[in-house]
Amino acid sequence: MAKLEYDKTGRLLFTKEMKEEYTILLPMMAPIHFNIIRNVFTHYGYKTVLLDTEGPEIAQVGLKYVHNDTCYPALLVIGQFIHALQSGKYDVNKVALMITQTGGGCRASNYIHLLRKALKKAGFEQIPVISLNLSGMEKNSGFTLTIPMIRRMAAGLIYGDELMLLRNQVQPYELNVGDSQKLVEKWISVLSKQFEKGKGFTASEIDSNMDEIARSFTEIKINKVPKVKVGVVGEIYVKYAALGNNNLERFLAEQGCEVNLPGIMGFMLFKVDNRIEDIKLYGGNKIKYTIANALMNYFTKLETSLIESVKKYGFVPPSAYVHTKSLVDGVIGFGSKMGEGWLLTAEMLELTEAGYGNIVCAQPFGCLPNHINGKGMIRKIKSIDDRANIVAIDYDPGAPRVNQENRIKLMLAVAKENLNKELSETQNTETKETKETVSQT
Amino acid sequence: MKIGLDIGSTTIKCAVLDDNNNLTYSTYERHYSQITQKMGEILKQIRLNVKGADKACIAISGSAGMGVAESCNLDFIQEVYATRVAVNTFLPGTDVVIELGGEDAKILFLSGGMEVRMNGTCAGGTGAFIDQMASLLNVDIERFNELAAQYEKTYTIASRCGVFAKTDIQPLLNQGARKSDIAQSIFAAVVNQTVAGLAQGREIEGKVVYLGGPLTFMPELRKQFDKVLDTKGTCPQNSLYYVAMGAALCADNTIDFKTVINKITKYAGSGNFAFNKPLFKDKKEYEEFVSRHSRANVKGKDIQGYKGKAFIGIDAGSTTVKGVVLSETKELLFSKYLSNSGNPVPIVKDFLEEVYKLAPKINIVGSAVTGYGEEIVKNAFCVDYGIVETVAHFTAAKDFMPDVEFIIDIGGQDIKCFKIHNGAIDNIFLNEACSSGCGSFLQTFANALGYSIEEFAAKGLFAKHPVDLGSRCTVFMNSSVKQAQKDGATIEDISAGLSLSVVKNALYKVIRTSGPDELGKKIVVQGGTFLNNAVLRAFEMEMGTPVVRPVISGLMGAYGAALYAMSCGTDTSSSILTKKQLEEFKHVIKVTNCGMCQNNCRLTVNTFADGRRFIAGNRCERPITKKSPEKGLNMYDYKLSLLQSYKPQEGSRGKIGLPMGLNMYEMLPFWHTFLTSLSFEVVTSGISDKKVYAKGNKTIPSDTICFPAKLVHGHIQKLIDMGIENIFYPCMSYNFDEGLGDNHYNCPVVAYYPEVIGANMNSVKNITLIKEYVGIHRRKDFPKKVCEILQKYYPDITLKEVKKASEAAYAEYEAHLKRIRDKGEEIIKRAEDEGRQIFVLSGRPYHVDPEINHGIDKMIAGFGVAIVTEDSVSHHVDKFPTTVLNQWTYHSRLYAAARYIADKDNMNLVQLVSFGCGVDAITTDEVRDILEKEGKIYTQIKIDEITNLGAVKIRIRSLLAAIGG
Repeated sequence: MAKLEYDKTGRLLFTKEMKEEYTILLPMMAPIHFNIIRNVFTHYGYKTVLLDTEGPEIAQVGLKYVHNDTCYPALLVIGQFIHALQSGKYDVNKVALMITQTGGGCRASNYIHLLRKALKKAGFEQIPVISLNLSGMEKNSGFTLTIPMIRRMAAGLIYGDELMLLRNQVQPYELNVGDSQKLVEKWISVLSKQFEKGKGFTASEIDSNMDEIARSFTEIKINKVPKVKVGVVGEIYVKYAALGNNNLERFLAEQGCEVNLPGIMGFMLFKVDNRIEDIKLYGGNKIKYTIANALMNYFTKLETSLIESVKKYGFVPPSAYVHTKSLVDGVIGFGSKMGEGWLLTAEMLELTEAGYGNIVCAQPFGCLPNHINGKGMIRKIKSIDDRANIVAIDYDPGAPRVNQENRIKLMLAVAKENLNKELSETQNTETKETKETVSQT
Repeated sequence: MKIGLDIGSTTIKCAVLDDNNNLTYSTYERHYSQITQKMGEILKQIRLNVKGADKACIAISGSAGMGVAESCNLDFIQEVYATRVAVNTFLPGTDVVIELGGEDAKILFLSGGMEVRMNGTCAGGTGAFIDQMASLLNVDIERFNELAAQYEKTYTIASRCGVFAKTDIQPLLNQGARKSDIAQSIFAAVVNQTVAGLAQGREIEGKVVYLGGPLTFMPELRKQFDKVLDTKGTCPQNSLYYVAMGAALCADNTIDFKTVINKITKYAGSGNFAFNKPLFKDKKEYEEFVSRHSRANVKGKDIQGYKGKAFIGIDAGSTTVKGVVLSETKELLFSKYLSNSGNPVPIVKDFLEEVYKLAPKINIVGSAVTGYGEEIVKNAFCVDYGIVETVAHFTAAKDFMPDVEFIIDIGGQDIKCFKIHNGAIDNIFLNEACSSGCGSFLQTFANALGYSIEEFAAKGLFAKHPVDLGSRCTVFMNSSVKQAQKDGATIEDISAGLSLSVVKNALYKVIRTSGPDELGKKIVVQGGTFLNNAVLRAFEMEMGTPVVRPVISGLMGAYGAALYAMSCGTDTSSSILTKKQLEEFKHVIKVTNCGMCQNNCRLTVNTFADGRRFIAGNRCERPITKKSPEKGLNMYDYKLSLLQSYKPQEGSRGKIGLPMGLNMYEMLPFWHTFLTSLSFEVVTSGISDKKVYAKGNKTIPSDTICFPAKLVHGHIQKLIDMGIENIFYPCMSYNFDEGLGDNHYNCPVVAYYPEVIGANMNSVKNITLIKEYVGIHRRKDFPKKVCEILQKYYPDITLKEVKKASEAAYAEYEAHLKRIRDKGEEIIKRAEDEGRQIFVLSGRPYHVDPEINHGIDKMIAGFGVAIVTEDSVSHHVDKFPTTVLNQWTYHSRLYAAARYIADKDNMNLVQLVSFGCGVDAITTDEVRDILEKEGKIYTQIKIDEITNLGAVKIRIRSLLAAIGG
């Protein structure tokens, strides 16, 4: 069995031996993306399990081991880990945990430390935690994030973004219920196989996959009836994870809406761009600037591939990062980078522009950056574009679902009224036009 | 014909409209959570009483109506939307609607860009809140309204959430404030809460309409709205039925009475709720449990005609007053458990009279009082000793279990827990204002559901599926209970679930434990709430260990006080009022303002028969001793005076304003010097007060943000009102790198609050707000970068000037830090020489603002303790590994300060935490760990808009008692 080794500060390391013997547990956030990306790890010889557990016990476990005023995502992610460790399903002496770390100025950079504290409290001190980050924090001999791995993960993200976008645009209108979900699952398995074999990440492979994915969705039979279009923005975990937002996507679907969740690639671009903006604002290292720029360009290429392929088959493409960014020029500074930063404000403007002005802005209760970029900017967004119909929803273990849904329903009631107005207006112009055509003939 | 049902949190309203939209039939009833039953009855009544109802259309609205509507296939109309439809139909031309319901507050802006606002999850409870307050004052709603009309003065009551307000009101009552003044103050708080929480920067003007129960039934509340909004709103006929009428207007599906009534009766919810194990397997297990706990008893003796020595202990708690009389051999002669309807004085008087009546020849040799009402009772009745509650409870618990390791007391309104180490109180946990839902919380629920607390608790004992309700505050709990009912939980399940939630709240929110190992195995539980067997059982289950609950669980505070009096000597005689003095007892209350410093505390002056006076409401001893506290040992005073020394100096570039909020408390020396050097006349907004806050509170977009951030709005407005046309308030992601942490960020709120100001305050549109991003952490790059920014506004500024100004600014900042550090050394040295305790009253730079710290520094100084700050000691420590990512400059100072004092006997750390500070969820645990590793006691004080210092005082006194200071 692998020996437990510690670094100078007393951090338990993930060793090479552990790589052979251990299973790494991954927390769930965005199911499509994470299901594809985990195969990158498999390809590089890591055994992983993606936790798909749900239910109220997870929050309960979280409450027990994490400071209750900590943000909800930390509570859930840590709760999910410990719940899994206590379930008896895993050999707790041969398991490691992996968690992302951004290194930004918000509380999220501390999740990994809160997780370690919680493990200690729960008696799992022997379990190593691996930090997944692009900043070179916390090195481990048994796990190194290499450039090829980053490239593959980036590919996974862009596939995920495309599948999520297409499913969201097709599912509400499909004639045979379940078609789109089946297609998503088919693609997850196709891409997983490619990833396992180390394929599917070069520029040409991506272009052809992206194209084929978009085309395949045109084969689903649909009936395009007018529906309320809702955009979802927010703190990244609560935005994507059903566990965090009480199944928000499903609720909106049940209410007869088409949902638009801006993709994860935009967030990645934002995080890299922050380094460039920092240097622009405060001065700094030229080399860092060049590296960040190169990464920007690479991600932008992937984004372009996504935009081109979905546009080609008549779907609504996401707006390009550069454009999204331009929307907040003069609204909020590019220096506001903690959490989702100005991107959150920008996404609300972008969604409104694209016809998804009915927006749920989701955040954990007491989310600090969202006081600024979310709730703090709603008023300004409305003054810029009065089509914006935004409701801010707080999530935490004590916030009951009824209240959340009731507030969302208020937003939807206004949205439906606007939709009906719009429909009757188009109908009027159409009838008018027909009349005119008739009179002309 | 159209029917609308509005199923709210506490009532069901029904409206039937004819084809011309005339209201032909309406009902308004409380449903006591029996929603389906009541709804069935109402529908039957409609069918019976309204002609033509069979062909009517129906729709449901209201916060509790969603589930029923869904399961009965009836249309559901969101209630705010329904209000809007009704107002547009019946009151065209309305600009703004203000509607208060049982638990909701809403503002609808109808004209000029329609907007609807509902209270956020945190600000719940308006109607229910007023109900609660009325029951606290022991009056009904009508009387409450009448009381408010007779007010003379108003008190400031926290206007964020019901629980906060309650903690403000209770001490006022205990200090003898007039009910009418309190009633009016509550109305003022409700109005503030609604306006500040919901208007969010939008002016409420034009034709204003008031709707909903509270505004219909309480004209004084409407008057208060009129006053604050400077308008004359109207409360239309049928103001209770607007939601129901709106639903009716939206109804377009015909009702099939038979099917609907049938479905409603069968509606039992999904049965799909999270639940816990039953409290007891069976009757037998319950009986064993009862018999085990009956063993922790005390000896009794009849007081009738008792002539011997006796000791009296009184616990004047927040909702109850407890009194005991003990004999010399600790026999319980007499005890009384009385509910406190606001003022403890008459209750204690009755208690003493009864004692003298039963035993006219009793020889009282010692007496002690503890609890919220300690001071007033001690003064009113000349009680010998006043002791802090924690000490009283520890004394009592030791009597039952000499080697007790952990004591938890859940009372009506507060939770007190403490660990015992080496026979002394070691670690104290008190509930923060947010999680005050304890005993009175169960009581409130029982009453709301139509039961007495005893009946309600008994119901939970054998519940099959106790609902899992989590561990949140009362406001949240209301909604969780609603959800559980919707999902089909029975009253039994809910009762058991609430008992569990009280326990979980105490364990995981207040104590923050993960299990019994941390707390020790020797546990004594006490307080009135533990007399409830369901709570006791839930506690044992959650801890997985049996505990001792004394039979006199509810009297432990008083019992401990009596024991304390006994320990002070048995041969003395008590100064407590004699039978004769008691007969002449008189108590007059007058309210006034202190005016001896800028806090201007509202004082309650109590005068007793023999002319003795007792003053309450004061934060320091000044109004009593007429002397200011010891100067020179309070770092907070010093820091404030340093900041006040930066005065405007005339400059050729004109005036520029700096708002004194958030990090300006740290950056003032820097920016003042920088801008003065650039020939600006630098004007600050000065120190905060209530008026400053009121200037800006209508423009706060997020009601759950920390209070220091909320204050910034007022400071900006004050500058604008002063005629300042240029305000300098830059965004700062990064702070100075003091080399203590892994990074040197500001928290997101401090970093970017200027953005919120720019986006939400209309008034800044008419001035220049310089809120660009600056990086003071890169000293070399700073002049060039900041010069580019300034040149946008002042093209004539040169880089040379800026470089010079920067040098001066950095130098002044360093000099400022040095002044603070030198003063720190001086205070520590002097305190050591004088043998004083030293507290590091730590927090953030802006906690120096007296409006934010509420004079806690002065209160502590009043105990003769010297006060230093985290930034005056943090430089003594080198960077060291922490178990959290140490990435915020201000917070790194906290860790360093904790480390610094950890091995110093004469120093302790008290951390001030602003409510809603997410970052402190991380720092508090870490600071605690650092201190506890070295065997130090960690003390945290949560502060908000709240002004009640009662709980803070208990904490500080307990800490002083524990360290023997």
